[in-house]
Amino acid sequence: MPDGPLRAVIAEDQALLRVGLTRILEASGFVVIEAVDNAPSLSRALASPEVDIAVVDVRMPPSYSTEGLVAAVAARQARPGFPVLVLSQYVEPLYARELLASGEGAVGYLLKDRVADVDGFVAAVRQVAGGGTVLDPEVVAGLVSGAGREQPLERLTPREREVLTLMAEGRSNAAIAARMFVTEKAVGKHTNAIFTKLDLPPAPDDNRRVLAVLAWLDGGAR
Amino acid sequence: MTDWATMLLQPIQSLRPRPVDGDALVDRLRLTVLSLGYALAMAPALALAILSILCVPLSLVLVGLALAFAVVPATAALTAVHRRVSGSLLGEEIPSGYADTAGTNLVTRPLRWVTDKARWRDVGFLWFSATGGFAMSVLPVALLTAPVTHLVGALLDGGGWWWLLVLLDGPLLVAWWCATPGLVRGRALAERSILGHTRVERLERRVREVSASRAETLDHSAAEVRRIERDLHDGAQARIAAVGMNVGLAEKLIESDPAAAAELLREAREATVDALEDLRSVVRGIHPPALADRGLAGGIEALALPLPLPITVAVDLPGGIPQPVESAAYFAVAECLANTVKHAGATRAWVVGSYDDGVLHLEVGDDGVGGADAAGSGLSGVARRLEAFDGTLEVASPPGGPTIVTMEVPCRTGR
Repeated sequence: MPDGPLRAVIAEDQALLRVGLTRILEASGFVVIEAVDNAPSLSRALASPEVDIAVVDVRMPPSYSTEGLVAAVAARQARPGFPVLVLSQYVEPLYARELLASGEGAVGYLLKDRVADVDGFVAAVRQVAGGGTVLDPEVVAGLVSGAGREQPLERLTPREREVLTLMAEGRSNAAIAARMFVTEKAVGKHTNAIFTKLDLPPAPDDNRRVLAVLAWLDGGAR
Repeated sequence: MTDWATMLLQPIQSLRPRPVDGDALVDRLRLTVLSLGYALAMAPALALAILSILCVPLSLVLVGLALAFAVVPATAALTAVHRRVSGSLLGEEIPSGYADTAGTNLVTRPLRWVTDKARWRDVGFLWFSATGGFAMSVLPVALLTAPVTHLVGALLDGGGWWWLLVLLDGPLLVAWWCATPGLVRGRALAERSILGHTRVERLERRVREVSASRAETLDHSAAEVRRIERDLHDGAQARIAAVGMNVGLAEKLIESDPAAAAELLREAREATVDALEDLRSVVRGIHPPALADRGLAGGIEALALPLPLPITVAVDLPGGIPQPVESAAYFAVAECLANTVKHAGATRAWVVGSYDDGVLHLEVGDDGVGGADAAGSGLSGVARRLEAFDGTLEVASPPGGPTIVTMEVPCRTGR
């Protein structure tokens, strides 16, 4: 991660939300280089090497389909590992899969509702900017319930399943521990148990771990 | 139409030889005159029949195409007269049922003609008119004119042969009396079966209409769903998300910068009001509350109330009109009134509605400038929606007004 404040580009066609996002990021110490309202402007803004992270709405003019997502994926092809956090008013696991497939990590996909939890949202932006993966609980819930048909998931205890879900959302052991009101050590034990039960290769790095879990869930969801 | 034409084109009175009276005589004389007309029509029919056949090979050298542009309309004009006459004699209408040639050009129109069964029936009719039909129609004329000719010949010439022929005329006149109504009716029936639709064609046509209107309805509902999704996404959903952001940020700033937090909260409150307004307008667009609560009459009254010109609403309907029809009719009236407000420059407007004989009638009129276009996107959209219920929409809007849109939708009430 670069030194100094993170430089962000915001792409959101709804003026109210564009202003809201800009305010929130600026109040949290980001520099908002540009806030654009359409896909062509977004592509142009993302060409600048100055940008550390892009926060992008899926649906934007001119055609109001998935221009934002397409522009984000294209930017990541031009600049592998470029951090993109995609916001949307609805979750579509298909879009999550496209994002995840566009390179390892440094992606996020959140419902716009999550922005209201300002601290959580800002943490997610930082996490993505730092190369992490953040998925909306709704997306993960969809993946987990889709994978639920598979036998191995039934071997997990309810507690382990909860940990799995939080891991898939992109949380670190420390964050999971805080969320579940247990010690980090206890979370470590759960994650080890999950990896063993699901036959996943051990992955020391948080992000690789998330990706492994997501790949497993995504495979199960198919 | 003149009186003698009305008289001439009455349905055939009776096929029986009795009673033998003045009325029956007048009817037979009338039918004989018509037969003469039928028989004389053989000349143009034969000419057109030959030209029609010539059109096909001559099309290879383009002359046929030019010829077709004269022959086909002329044939249509001739058959139109026959449809009219034979239909009147049978007391029914004989539909022409030509394929629609709207939107065709000089090249595609002949193609449309060639593929149109109704046009080929016309050609078939031409040959019938020149052959069997001619024989059927010339007979009553001959049976009546022969005795007259013989008598005149006998009186002028005085030869014995003439008087012998006059003796034979009794049976001829009897034959004329007995056969004429049957022959004329036979000809009319033959024309009906050649020129009119067969049952299969009627059904085929109906199926085409139904599939077209069904496809349009599906298109329409898909477009409606997209519109609703878009309205929600851009309206209420976005505003509520903005409220969340503002409140979240205000929560963060409340200690460090209370004034900014208060401003954010005020914005958030305003956004909730807007979001509710958005939701209400979406709901109104799906199923207007007044329509749900009060039915079509109440819905139309509610519709008229906020508009900026006086609107007389006289809608008297029984209960139990099917809800989809009510809804389609409501949005049709809404579109018409919106047009009135936008384009008519009217000082007043009216909506009249009634239900008789299983048909819902609605009339929306105004005293504005007129010139409304039924093919315009708004009204043609309404027409398409009504078509789904076999309904029709007609626009009378001469320049200078008034504009009157008449809609009819067949439907059964639930009672």
